Amino acid sequence: MAEDKILLEVKDLKKYFPVKGVKGPGVQAVEGVSLFIRKGETLGLVGESGCGKTTLGRTILRLHEPTSGKIVYDGTTIFEGEDPWQRDGDGHMTKRRVPKPKSVDMLPYRRKMQIIFQDPSASLDPRMTVGEIIGEALDIHKLYGSKAERADRIRELLAMVGLNTEHANRYPHEFSGGQQQRVGIARALAVKPEFIVCDEPISALDVSIQSQVVNMLEDMQEELGLTYLFIAHDLSVVRHISDRIGVMYLGSLVELAESYELNRHPLHPYTKTLLSAVPVPDPEVSRRRQRIVLEGDIPSPMDPPHGCRFHTRCPYATELCGREAPAFREVEPGHWAACHLLNK
Amino acid sequence: MDRNMTGKTVQSAPGGKLLEVKDLRVSFFTPAGEVKAVGGISYDLDHGEVMGIVGESGSGKSQEAYSIMGLLQSPGKVVGGSITFEGRDVLAFSEEEMTQFRGSEVAMIFQNPMTCLNPVYTVGDQLIEALKAHDKSISREAAAKRAMEMLELVGINNVRKRMKQYPHEFSGGMRQRVMIAMGLICHPKLLIADEPTTALDVTIQAQILELMKDLQKKTRMGIIFITHNLGVVAEICDKVSVMYAGRIVEQGPVDDIFYRPGHPYTMGLLRSMPRVDAESYERLIPIEGTPVDMLDPPEGCPFAPRCEKCMKICLKRMPPYVELGDGHRAACWLRVEDQIGQKREEDGIHG
Repeated sequence: MAEDKILLEVKDLKKYFPVKGVKGPGVQAVEGVSLFIRKGETLGLVGESGCGKTTLGRTILRLHEPTSGKIVYDGTTIFEGEDPWQRDGDGHMTKRRVPKPKSVDMLPYRRKMQIIFQDPSASLDPRMTVGEIIGEALDIHKLYGSKAERADRIRELLAMVGLNTEHANRYPHEFSGGQQQRVGIARALAVKPEFIVCDEPISALDVSIQSQVVNMLEDMQEELGLTYLFIAHDLSVVRHISDRIGVMYLGSLVELAESYELNRHPLHPYTKTLLSAVPVPDPEVSRRRQRIVLEGDIPSPMDPPHGCRFHTRCPYATELCGREAPAFREVEPGHWAACHLLNK
Repeated sequence: MDRNMTGKTVQSAPGGKLLEVKDLRVSFFTPAGEVKAVGGISYDLDHGEVMGIVGESGSGKSQEAYSIMGLLQSPGKVVGGSITFEGRDVLAFSEEEMTQFRGSEVAMIFQNPMTCLNPVYTVGDQLIEALKAHDKSISREAAAKRAMEMLELVGINNVRKRMKQYPHEFSGGMRQRVMIAMGLICHPKLLIADEPTTALDVTIQAQILELMKDLQKKTRMGIIFITHNLGVVAEICDKVSVMYAGRIVEQGPVDDIFYRPGHPYTMGLLRSMPRVDAESYERLIPIEGTPVDMLDPPEGCPFAPRCEKCMKICLKRMPPYVELGDGHRAACWLRVEDQIGQKREEDGIHG
């Protein structure tokens, strides 16, 4: 499935959202993430709400303009900028002048990079028919020669996602949640993209519908050779669909590995906790297994802890963890993690 | 007799069930017609038992619970059946009796704590109000003391300060703890939890589940746990009722439901879920089709249009319950067929 060719590469990507009336960088939603995605691969991204996984997905597509870092898509740098925020020894941040970031016109890249949103009812315009929603993407990128060709393409897309071709004249509210999500997928596929960010595409759906959509996404990938960044908080689904998985905590990647490897040999304490917290639909297993229960809640990304961002909740934290942020490094071949405990 | 958390002994009715629901029917009379949200369900719950109700959205799992609490919203109405709580007929309660019953004997916690807590009152005030509503004689100091004990019990630190804070100053997980504290403050014998962990993150969900298991052991209360997450059910429930389109299609002890499911819908649900501990990749087997339109439910078995083993009779008549084991039963014509086959075999041997 996955080839060796790297389709997308992200280096030290940061996204801060300024907050009115607050000095400093504001909400540090994405804090220095580096990763790459191979062509034809599915990279899963998990983490709790507020960990920045959705922001990362959108920043990669430049739906949010990155604060700094580098994004390379298929050999072309689509964004490169220096970090204006400088951190001194005690974690205090000051802004300095940096050259204007280099970026490209995104329109041609919008054709190649698409997104499927979490809530299908909120991401489809209620006043447009399904045909218009899908057709709009074709119009913008001028992907047809004649009206008949446009109509054919819309019908073809609807059939591809398992909807009836007559559905083109209906409005989104006439569909169930699962069908709406299929429309969202057809819209993303309309421009024949290579890379799709799937942002929690199934969490709003009923259990019995979730697996239908997961299977459909897998089929599309096979047929069209798509590359996915699959974002979700449900680790069991991500583990199922992904080739590799990245685990995020408070804006940073803490671990990244091949998906079965991550499940069998999690290295980072947070990954271990996350794995042990996922309920397993098997009473025997739930009675048997030992669970690591974390104390407390995620700290605010407006004022993240100094040093390792996880140290305030980590059961193994030492004095070093509060002082210095661990580097995200390749601990074993293909298995990255950021934890001081692994450096011994 | 168990001692509960503040030393009050739990009274259990001699020999009686805590809750018995028989052939309960709930309908909504909408302009588009009658929607039979709950179409005749029966179950019982013992003291100290945890029952899970599993179902998709629109399966009637919440409406069923609301009718126990007398919280059905217009145009919803209980149109048939009975609800018996420790031998008393809940549906015959007067408004006043219902108010007493609610909170002191049965409490409910909801999916979204923010919509259930009043944003303009402090958490302490709301806990004290809950207590005073059921015990007029209690002094404010005594009530405040009890409220703080409850908050400590549900794992909230720094209670003196927390009592004076407003709901928005709590995180999602902490708010759910406050909800649980408020639900349990009058020592109910039955707690109805309507998707209490659905809105929470997995690590917080794990915290709340551990807390509920722990409190359940201490207080021996009965719990009805409504959820769509089979993983959560496996973790916390003793028995399970699986609902589909307003009916219980299968019910039984938790192990039977997971290891020996009798209804194709239960089997389908179990098969369609990816597991985090799976050893290798296996393609998911989804349940095809879409949930039932409750305004126009199919004749016969409601699951028949989506069932891969659907037979002619399934489309015409509702299947009866077939006993599959101790307390384990399923409503499916396939199981009726098994039973007839079995009987024939026995008759053949003896005849």
